[in-house]
Amino acid sequence: MTRPVLEVRGLRKTYGTGEATVHALRGVSLLVERGDYVAVMGSSGSGKSTLMNILGALDGPGSGTYLLDGVDVSRLADRQLALARNRLIGFIFQAFNLIPRTSALANVELPLAYAGVRPRQRRERAMAALALVGLADRARHEPNQLSGGQQQRVAVARALVTEPALLLADEPTGNLDTRSTADVLEVFDQLSAAGRTIVLITHEPEVGDRAKRLIRLVDGRIVTDVRQSPLDRVPVGARPGRPGR
Amino acid sequence: MSFAEVLRFALRGLAANKLRSALTMLGILIGVAAVILLVAVGNGSAQAINERIEALGTNTVTVMSAGRGGSTGPALTEPVADALADPQLAPDVAAVSPVVSAAATLTFAGADHDVNQFVGTTASWFASSNTPVGSGSAFTADDEAQGRRVVVLGRTVAEELFPRADPVGQQVTVGGALFTVTGVLAPKSSTGFQDGNDTAVAPLAAVRQVVTGYGALTSILVRAKSPDRVDAVQAQVATILNQRLAVAAGATAPYRIQNASQLLATQTETADTFTTLLGAVAAISLLVGGIGITNIMLVTVTERTREIGIRKALGAPRRVILTQFLIEATLLSVLGGALGVAAALAGSSFSIVGVQPVIVPSSVGLALGVSIAIGLFFGGLPAARAARLRPIDALRYE
Ligand SMILES: Nc1ncnc2c1ncn2[C@@H]1O[C@H](COP(=O)(O)OP(=O)(O)O)[C@@H](O)[C@H]1O
Ligand SMILES: [Mg+2]
Repeated sequence: MTRPVLEVRGLRKTYGTGEATVHALRGVSLLVERGDYVAVMGSSGSGKSTLMNILGALDGPGSGTYLLDGVDVSRLADRQLALARNRLIGFIFQAFNLIPRTSALANVELPLAYAGVRPRQRRERAMAALALVGLADRARHEPNQLSGGQQQRVAVARALVTEPALLLADEPTGNLDTRSTADVLEVFDQLSAAGRTIVLITHEPEVGDRAKRLIRLVDGRIVTDVRQSPLDRVPVGARPGRPGR
Repeated sequence: MSFAEVLRFALRGLAANKLRSALTMLGILIGVAAVILLVAVGNGSAQAINERIEALGTNTVTVMSAGRGGSTGPALTEPVADALADPQLAPDVAAVSPVVSAAATLTFAGADHDVNQFVGTTASWFASSNTPVGSGSAFTADDEAQGRRVVVLGRTVAEELFPRADPVGQQVTVGGALFTVTGVLAPKSSTGFQDGNDTAVAPLAAVRQVVTGYGALTSILVRAKSPDRVDAVQAQVATILNQRLAVAAGATAPYRIQNASQLLATQTETADTFTTLLGAVAAISLLVGGIGITNIMLVTVTERTREIGIRKALGAPRRVILTQFLIEATLLSVLGGALGVAAALAGSSFSIVGVQPVIVPSSVGLALGVSIAIGLFFGGLPAARAARLRPIDALRYE
């Protein structure tokens, strides 16, 4: 059996102190295999984002252990953390978080630049990633010249350009209309079909239905963890061919 | 990531935020230019004063009455002045020029002009006071002896009364008497408050007769044989004067002797005070400019912090982020500072409030140093702080 992409055990996280203490996570254990497509659902305030930020190494775990590709993240120094974020994780935010006044291409190139990839190769790989999300013809556009759906697809391209072991998305379609949502979800299905490991948070049941595995979070605990389709099968939503635009 | 790459990132960052970059640079530019120019104005006026005093001649001493108007006690008179030209008692004296001066109105063909200093003196005064004649000629000892009414006009007076014609040979009216113009003085550098060209010079006897009357002399200009004999001349003149005016030993003398270097010292002191004052004004403007820079940089901290959060989430090491933002701040400060120096250099070629500014090199260094430090500090500090945050905290920053 191959090493799991991520494994958390007994993860707890609290915010604030004394009277104002909020228990965002109350002991979460989770194991995700390579190639899985996991949807996390739960009501607002149930701790989904908190979990996601820890998985993305954007936030430190309160207590418990987090092994990312077999490495204990809580032991890493700043430089190694930067390396982990760069090589192992692709993070997609609800608010897109593209660098403003910077072209789509430059945004997608950014993680490669931090990885030390040479400019020419960088450009080629970034263009390939943009083509994958169907935005090759928008490479020169700046974020404010793109629709929400297009911005999110640029963000997806940026997350997958380094070919990370793990793609994390925190409500990637939360700010999008139905048309754009469908576009972005098609990209995820496509990526899953190509063997990428994806964990995404969503509010919408139809998004959860497409995933291979559905986890429900209530009040900082996992209450259900259901496998919807086998690990080695193409997800239900995935269709052959390129995602539309 | 190589340094060249980080540099390219920084340049792209500056280009992506053109307005912010321009405003920051403008703030630094104005601060630097203001400091350099203001100090240059102060320095320029100080130098102008020095030049004028040096133009007076460094080999003369001036004797003046100590009391106002000379109404009390013995006064400086013509015989006293004559006594100073004594080869035995005052061997180092080259020439003695008694001087009277008063305000007067000069009239020519219906036009009139007031001069503050209508000077009556002897022919030796032109050489002693280092006042050459530009066109025509000075009056002579003979003119003086014959009591001829002749006059040499300052450049300003000549231009006012004879805007087109050549004044030499014309007759101007002063105090009801006609004076023949024999020449026009060469232009003198003038500073701030007083126009050195707004004067007229005539023989002592004529001026006393027509303008001042026969009271005491205004001053006596004594020229030494060489600049290094000035102190000796001063002592010799004092001895003769004490004797002539019967000053008891230890009593305060009814006259003052000043030489050009003493005058220079007091004036330089004044000019230094002026420069210091302007320097203070300049420092304040630098401070204000600095606050402007700080404002712009702090206003954008939220945006920058979020950007740093994004970059960290994408795997940027802290060192790379720090380097990029420090390069941005350095480029803005250095470029703004250099433009400020250029603006100050350009501005210093124009005369400002009648003063030709003279750049003080140390002010350039100071202004550049302070503004670059401000730019670096307030540009670098928020970036350094943000780079230390966890990505999620930087992204949540408000
Ligand atoms: N930075 C924070 N400071 C304090 N409390 C927080 C912070 N982030 C989240 N919380 C609290 O933690 C709980 C879980 O939040 P979150 O993980 O964002 O929920 P979800 O993403 O599922 O809506 C909520 O009660 C929220 O108020
Ligand atoms: Mg959330």
